[in-house]
Amino acid sequence: MARNKEKLVLLLDVGPSMHGVLSEVEKLCSMLVEKKLIFSKYDELGVVVFGTEESKNDLTTEVGGYQNITVLQDIKVVDGDLVDTLQKLPRGRVDGDFLDAIVVGMDMLIKKYKDLHKGKKRLCLITNAIHPIKDSFEGSKEDQVMTIAEQMAAQGMKIESIVVRGRLSRDANKGVMDENDHLLSIFSKKTHTRIVYVDTPTSLLGALKTRRVTPVTVFRGHLELSPHMKIKVWVYKKTQEEKFPTLKKYSEKAPASNKLATHQVKVSYEYKSVDGSSTSVIPPEQRIKGYRYGPQVVPISTAEWDAVKFKPEKGIKVLGFTDASKIKRHCYMKDVYLFIAEPGNTRATLAVSAIARAMKEMNAVAILRCVWRQGQQNVVVGVLTPNISQNYKIPDSFYFNVLPFAEDVREYQFPSFNSFPASWQPNDQQQKAADELVQMLDLAPSGKEALLPEFTPNPVLERFYRHLELKAKQPDAAVPPLDETLKNIVEPDPELVAENKSVFDALHRHFELRQNPKLKKSSRQWYQEKQSGSNAHVSSGQAVNSIENQPPVKIEKIGDLTPVQDFEAMMSQRDNPEWVEKAIKELREKILALLIHSDEGDKYQKAVECVAALRKGCILEQEPGPYNDLMHHIRQYCEEKGIKSLPQLLASRDLTLISNDVTAEEARSFFVKMEPKPDV
Amino acid sequence: MDLDPEDVFKDEEDDLDNEFFQQSESSKEYVVYLVDASPKMFNTTCAGNDQKDETHFHTAVSCVAGSLKTQIISRSYDEVAICFFNTREKKNLQDLNGVFVFNVAEREHLDRPTARLIKEFDCIEESFMREIGSQYGIVPGSRENSLYSALWVAQALLRKGSIKTADKRILLFTNEDDPFGSLQDAAKKDMTRTTLQRAKDAQDLGISIELLPLSRPDSEFNVSTFYADLIGLDGEDLAQFMPSASQKLEDMKDQLRKRMFTKRVVRRIEFQIANGLSIELNTYALIRPTVPGAITWLDSVTNHPLKTERSLICEDTGALIQEPPKLFQPYRNENVKFLPVEIAEIKRISPGKLRLLGFKPLSCLKDYYNLRPSTFVYPSDQDEITSAGAQMEPPGMHMIYLPYADDIRDDEEIFPDTEEDAPRADEDQIQKAAALIKRIYVKDFSAFQFANPALQRHYAVLQALALAEDDIPETIDETAPDEEGLTRPAVVRAAEAFKHSVYGDSYDEESDMGKEKMSEASRKRKAIAENAAKDYDWGNLADKGQLKNLTVGDLKVYLNAHNLTVSGKKEALISRILTHMGK
Repeated sequence: MARNKEKLVLLLDVGPSMHGVLSEVEKLCSMLVEKKLIFSKYDELGVVVFGTEESKNDLTTEVGGYQNITVLQDIKVVDGDLVDTLQKLPRGRVDGDFLDAIVVGMDMLIKKYKDLHKGKKRLCLITNAIHPIKDSFEGSKEDQVMTIAEQMAAQGMKIESIVVRGRLSRDANKGVMDENDHLLSIFSKKTHTRIVYVDTPTSLLGALKTRRVTPVTVFRGHLELSPHMKIKVWVYKKTQEEKFPTLKKYSEKAPASNKLATHQVKVSYEYKSVDGSSTSVIPPEQRIKGYRYGPQVVPISTAEWDAVKFKPEKGIKVLGFTDASKIKRHCYMKDVYLFIAEPGNTRATLAVSAIARAMKEMNAVAILRCVWRQGQQNVVVGVLTPNISQNYKIPDSFYFNVLPFAEDVREYQFPSFNSFPASWQPNDQQQKAADELVQMLDLAPSGKEALLPEFTPNPVLERFYRHLELKAKQPDAAVPPLDETLKNIVEPDPELVAENKSVFDALHRHFELRQNPKLKKSSRQWYQEKQSGSNAHVSSGQAVNSIENQPPVKIEKIGDLTPVQDFEAMMSQRDNPEWVEKAIKELREKILALLIHSDEGDKYQKAVECVAALRKGCILEQEPGPYNDLMHHIRQYCEEKGIKSLPQLLASRDLTLISNDVTAEEARSFFVKMEPKPDV
Repeated sequence: MDLDPEDVFKDEEDDLDNEFFQQSESSKEYVVYLVDASPKMFNTTCAGNDQKDETHFHTAVSCVAGSLKTQIISRSYDEVAICFFNTREKKNLQDLNGVFVFNVAEREHLDRPTARLIKEFDCIEESFMREIGSQYGIVPGSRENSLYSALWVAQALLRKGSIKTADKRILLFTNEDDPFGSLQDAAKKDMTRTTLQRAKDAQDLGISIELLPLSRPDSEFNVSTFYADLIGLDGEDLAQFMPSASQKLEDMKDQLRKRMFTKRVVRRIEFQIANGLSIELNTYALIRPTVPGAITWLDSVTNHPLKTERSLICEDTGALIQEPPKLFQPYRNENVKFLPVEIAEIKRISPGKLRLLGFKPLSCLKDYYNLRPSTFVYPSDQDEITSAGAQMEPPGMHMIYLPYADDIRDDEEIFPDTEEDAPRADEDQIQKAAALIKRIYVKDFSAFQFANPALQRHYAVLQALALAEDDIPETIDETAPDEEGLTRPAVVRAAEAFKHSVYGDSYDEESDMGKEKMSEASRKRKAIAENAAKDYDWGNLADKGQLKNLTVGDLKVYLNAHNLTVSGKKEALISRILTHMGK
């Protein structure tokens, strides 16, 4: 661990023009230290601020000059005090000179470590670089930067510059900015440098990698194009999710007097057999692994398994190249790998570069079969896409994404939006409103991309580490609400929304969204209904209005106006099984009332609708009894009164008996019997 | 960071915070495979796998067999029944003619698929004629209606279980598009009507009936003759129903596979476009890694499953902890404690819904912006389609998880430690590479055409063990490269040209040089190890049983010097040394 100790000097601009973002700088830097305290406790850190009125650094005392630069903290192993220091950065009164600050920082590193620890020494500059640096005594500013950069390279130092621009530094002199940018870019020619431009407080928080992960190769070996053509490559992870830290469990059982208590909790697993009443713990050597195969569990010992399991050979093989359009973006399965040519191997780098560029030109991708390590039990099939480096210091490389196997894909069928009836299709105005929304809510206008993943910190992690720091001081502190900068990640930019108010208004106008009365039902039931294609529900829109998302009004009685709807609503009230019974009973009464009060059959149509609803309800509830009873009753009624039109109406709607109870034969012939034979 | 061999099968999304990805396993499916066994199914053939003609019956049966095998793997809680109709023999609870429910021992008619079912069903064709027999059940002059009976039997089988917890389906395989064709007017009309009513009643009970028609080469299966009414197709649906797709066995299998997936909504989520404007979406997990089922621990004596009990024990006092304990993170030399609710609060950064932040052009979506499989979203109700904006392609949208700054690494930037620029390929080299790429170009690649060889092997082994078979069938690794194709002269020539253009004549030296470098380093290490190994009188130490007094490092020196594995615990190392010495 110790050999990877990083030695970092933070160079922070605290001049007046930076005051607007200093609170973010404080958060960023304290987060850096907080994470170091957990993940790399032995790293060393120094803090230099520039733009202060006073000057306090070695160089100013030794050689003079280097004004307005204060060493806030000499290089030391990270500790809690550093967090406190960084959380209260002084506000400077003068415009600072970042180049002087760089020299001071270098001086600190050189004095402390001589030329040891090459590659572990790092400077991190946070400035807006909108103020001119002082002219040098000899040579141009470029020469001066060049000399410094060469020295830096010789000492094995790296520098990372975070330049705060855009909205955060509006009225700056463009000429000066360009000059400074040019000067900073000289560093990248000579040394390993990262220059980052950020323009929102949110992206500032994400600009600095607050946790250093030592890169580890996943694979070193040959990328096999064909048995005769192999290229040496190393494979790294390009993305890997930084997980929420796993917290340990805390035991409060130990008495408070016990000062040596570890408060640790041990998780123990016991395997017990469950034969009848007696339970006994089975020792590990008596356990055997089993896999489910249908209802069976197949026991298999590790040794047996080793003998028969799938054992692929280590290696990465190209299966073929194909058109990039064949691979859909959403098929990417996992985090991403990076393939680079073996470092220092010029020929391999050239080969990778040639293939990457050829692939780019042809819009092709390669399909690979990878076995990263010997003894790995599966293979990975994935797609290799070219990454043409924009920076001429960095060689071309590939990205590799894992693709799904046939077993991993569930091909659900969805109706195409285009095949929906015209009434469901957006009309021209709606389409226009939607198009406008897409256009206006552009997060990447003219190349300035907002919320770039590279600069967007994970709000959950930010919040956790901040709260951790707070809790270390105040154990009872409540979790504070999400602050403004982090809110920008989870909510739409209020400014953008305000600017485009008219677009949203148009959207509101054109899309009348209705509340969904069926929301209370379980989704499964709802789906079933949809599938069976019940047309009785056309009236309901699924879309909900988020604000007025109230449960539907409770129906307690079937009214005269909309008996069918009332019945359905009642049937779907799941809070009490009595509703179903009540609904069926009431609808039955309603139907009979309709028949009796019908004048020359004018209400038959309505009655038939009710019968249809009742039949459906009874089938769903698997209670055919009440329905069949009613039908018998209706038949009797019709026969007595000699009504012919109603049975015909019912028969035409296929409203026969439900055939669970009665034989199908009886159900079929129900109305046939009833229809008076024409010849009789 | 590195792939753990045990881990490769584990689903990374398996943590509890991630209910987003949790599949609801509570829902299961009851399926009845209804296979027509009429003589017509045996008489007509279609082009099979290797250009040999195969009977329709064979096609249907192998489809079902394939489907059963997938089911036992991926959804073993589903219950199935296999039912033939138009058979000579009858076997069903209702004792109806012409319907035969196929089953094996130790299994209910509608039950979870077992290894034995699969095994016996695999060889059903051999014994079919002898034991079940084929006979068309609908003949003029009798009131028998085998299709009607089959639907009845299937519906009766599916009476089990509540519709609220299970999907019930009948999958009907037939090549007869006009089952009542031989009948006269009145009888035909009556039969048609009763059969349709039977089907409709089943559908009213929540059973969906799906048709998998088989077409003859000379005449297509005409859905509209009869079956359109039975399965409730009309208008546009009818036009989209493509019976011709199932001319071949592979197509049929494919069709069945697609239908076997019932859509399972992972989660219903609200998509808020603007304040006061939101739509309900359903999310679906279309692509998720399939893993072999979890390990069940068994008692090796009785082969009974064991119950796992997890208990929390305080390390200081040994007391059992009942309530969910507080959590802590060591920080600044002390333990900062959190209540579980506080952790939940920290993680809750927004209400559980999707919010539209804005739009970006597709070019902003870099290839490396990926962490997990995507999730598919589709409006949860089709009544209101709110958008067909420029970036939303029917029939839905895919959600791709973007990484945060903390998740992205810049490993490609770590190496330029020289002042020189990184080497770039020149035009000629690129041309040669392009020529090589053209040679190994695959035109019709599909992203998921390969079966996972590890899984295939896993289940082949399990099936063999479950049926107590002696030899385990070989599985084919579909992912193996086409060695033969890659050694075609044209490919080799292109490869040589590219090799020459990049490596000059030194390709072979290059690869040798690397080896030498490596071996030099390892030789050095070995030499050191050997020297160190001489420092101890190993034999003497071993005799006196003093090996355990050495450190693991020292023991490894010996192992290294003798080319032995250095992994394992100290005891393992010692025993390995002793074995090596022959003691």
